[in-house]
Amino acid sequence: MTVYSAPGSDGAIVNYESRYDHFIGGEYVPPAKGQYFANPSPVTGQDFCEVARGTAEDVEKALDAAHGAADAWGRTSTAERANILNKIADRMEQNLEKLAVAECWENGKPVRETLAADIPLAIDHFRYFAGAIRAQEGTAGEIDDDTVAYHFHEPLGVVAQIIPWNFPILMAVWKLAPALAAGNAVVLKPAEQTPASIHYWMSLVADLIPPGVVNIVNGFGVEAGKPLASSNRVAKVAFTGETTTGRLIMQYASENLIPVTLELGGKSPNIFFEDVSRLDDDFYDKSLEGFSMFALNQGEVCTCPSRALIQQSIYSDFLAAGVKRVENLKQGNPLDTDTQVGAQASNDQLEKILSYLDIGRQEGAKVLTGGARADLGGNLSGGYYVQPTIFQGNNSMRIFQEEIFGPVVSVTSFDDYADAIKIANDTLYGLGAGVWTRDINTAYRAGRAIKAGRVWTNSYHLYPAHAAFGGYKQSGIGRENHKMMLDHYQQTKNLLVSYSPKAMGFF
Amino acid sequence: MPATRVDVTPAAADMMRQLRGQHGPLMFHQSGGCCDGSSPMCYLEGEFRTGQSDVLLESLKIDGVDEPITFWMSASQFELWKHTHLTVDVVPGRGSGFSLEAPEGVRFLIRSRLLTEQELVELS
Repeated sequence: MTVYSAPGSDGAIVNYESRYDHFIGGEYVPPAKGQYFANPSPVTGQDFCEVARGTAEDVEKALDAAHGAADAWGRTSTAERANILNKIADRMEQNLEKLAVAECWENGKPVRETLAADIPLAIDHFRYFAGAIRAQEGTAGEIDDDTVAYHFHEPLGVVAQIIPWNFPILMAVWKLAPALAAGNAVVLKPAEQTPASIHYWMSLVADLIPPGVVNIVNGFGVEAGKPLASSNRVAKVAFTGETTTGRLIMQYASENLIPVTLELGGKSPNIFFEDVSRLDDDFYDKSLEGFSMFALNQGEVCTCPSRALIQQSIYSDFLAAGVKRVENLKQGNPLDTDTQVGAQASNDQLEKILSYLDIGRQEGAKVLTGGARADLGGNLSGGYYVQPTIFQGNNSMRIFQEEIFGPVVSVTSFDDYADAIKIANDTLYGLGAGVWTRDINTAYRAGRAIKAGRVWTNSYHLYPAHAAFGGYKQSGIGRENHKMMLDHYQQTKNLLVSYSPKAMGFF
Repeated sequence: MPATRVDVTPAAADMMRQLRGQHGPLMFHQSGGCCDGSSPMCYLEGEFRTGQSDVLLESLKIDGVDEPITFWMSASQFELWKHTHLTVDVVPGRGSGFSLEAPEGVRFLIRSRLLTEQELVELS
């Protein structure tokens, strides 16, 4: 067990600066209007730094820098870009523990997750896209004996990326790595709840990236995000968030006739077929872990398995075992490597979760465990903690239909395969799903029948590079985490070449 | 009092008056999905283009605001929320998304209750 010292305190392995400006053109630039906003740690609720409150003027400056850098960056060889991505990955690996503690402190998530998942995945993501871009090839189509269609990949130019707060570094890397590999310059706006950890990351890698290729503008959505997303100087917008802002970004993009990729969340079903209980073995234990996965990252994951569907024949016993498993989860100081459940990322997120605990009860759902805010005492009392909560109810309740984004699972039963698929697909969203069974035929059929972009089969919450991630239905557009994301950051250039000296014969 | 689908708390009404004075006429669109999902987004009226996939739940009358503040939701989401009454409240925070109140250090929040049978009849 290790308890890391809080950044800024004695013995800390990583410290934040007291203030962060915008990172534009390879250097820190104060905000045009001179304003800053305070950045609290969800661990204690106390402010730990202040961050530039950007406006349209700052966004324009960042776009100037990005446009100044984009052409030269886009012409670098894929080997050169891949080498830079690999060097970024190496630098992150050398500083993995510091990055992990920095992100934990800003987001409130347990350091065991940032050490084992967030940061290692981010490192691997850069390496994956370094490899993918080296291996990418255009095509040559032989149209006829004299005519060849060559297809080349070209970067889009300058792209806008708006990053969510639930994985401040990993989600930024999911967007940065493919964009940079493809040869684009980026203007990135971190979430206002987690604006600083990406600057700590930048402090480690800034010397590796040509000035202007990555620019970070901080600020509030309406003041900095909107001018960026609606700018006619960006060739694409990538956004992770929710549906109303997703629609607004598409609306702005339609004004500029540019593409968007959107990841807007889900209400992911986690289905347990009766054969999981046939033996009391490793697989049964694994399936109970899978049930408990709703509490990973305090439920602040777009693919949180927040609807558990358990077959009626095993419902009582499996659920009882699941409740016991969840009651044994260790909630506490996120900086303690033994802590499994940490703090929600912000006060408004905490309040929203509590409002769902309220309407869940009003709709008649039964609380099997948890159901309230957690006060962890001491200096953690001011932090934003919610008890892992299990509701029992039915799929028409709001707690089954809206992503609470907290450590809350809503459980119901199903009769048979057809009933399971019907309930699983009775949702506006289609991002993730889980299927648990010992029967390969059931696993395959269920995985194909669920209308979601990612179906974990006898697993959950794995996010390796090279497994496509994205949504069906209202969960969004595009697929991250896979080389196909390169297509979302590239134009296709077709050279249609005639090798015949003869006139075509029309005129 | 006729039945309503959406009400506002006094604190939320104060914030709406302030934002109206700072920016101009306002509208809300209720979000869904992850991150800042489930939060009501406050925009300048007309900033967010509503269409046939949206439902107007309420035209809120706020003392001191000349025009009604419209409250919208996508029709598909409304199908799942229509049995509940919504109250717009405001809490410390900053949300994400492009909602107008975030720079003020607060976030609009929805509190819900079940509509009574009588209210449902009246509203149908």
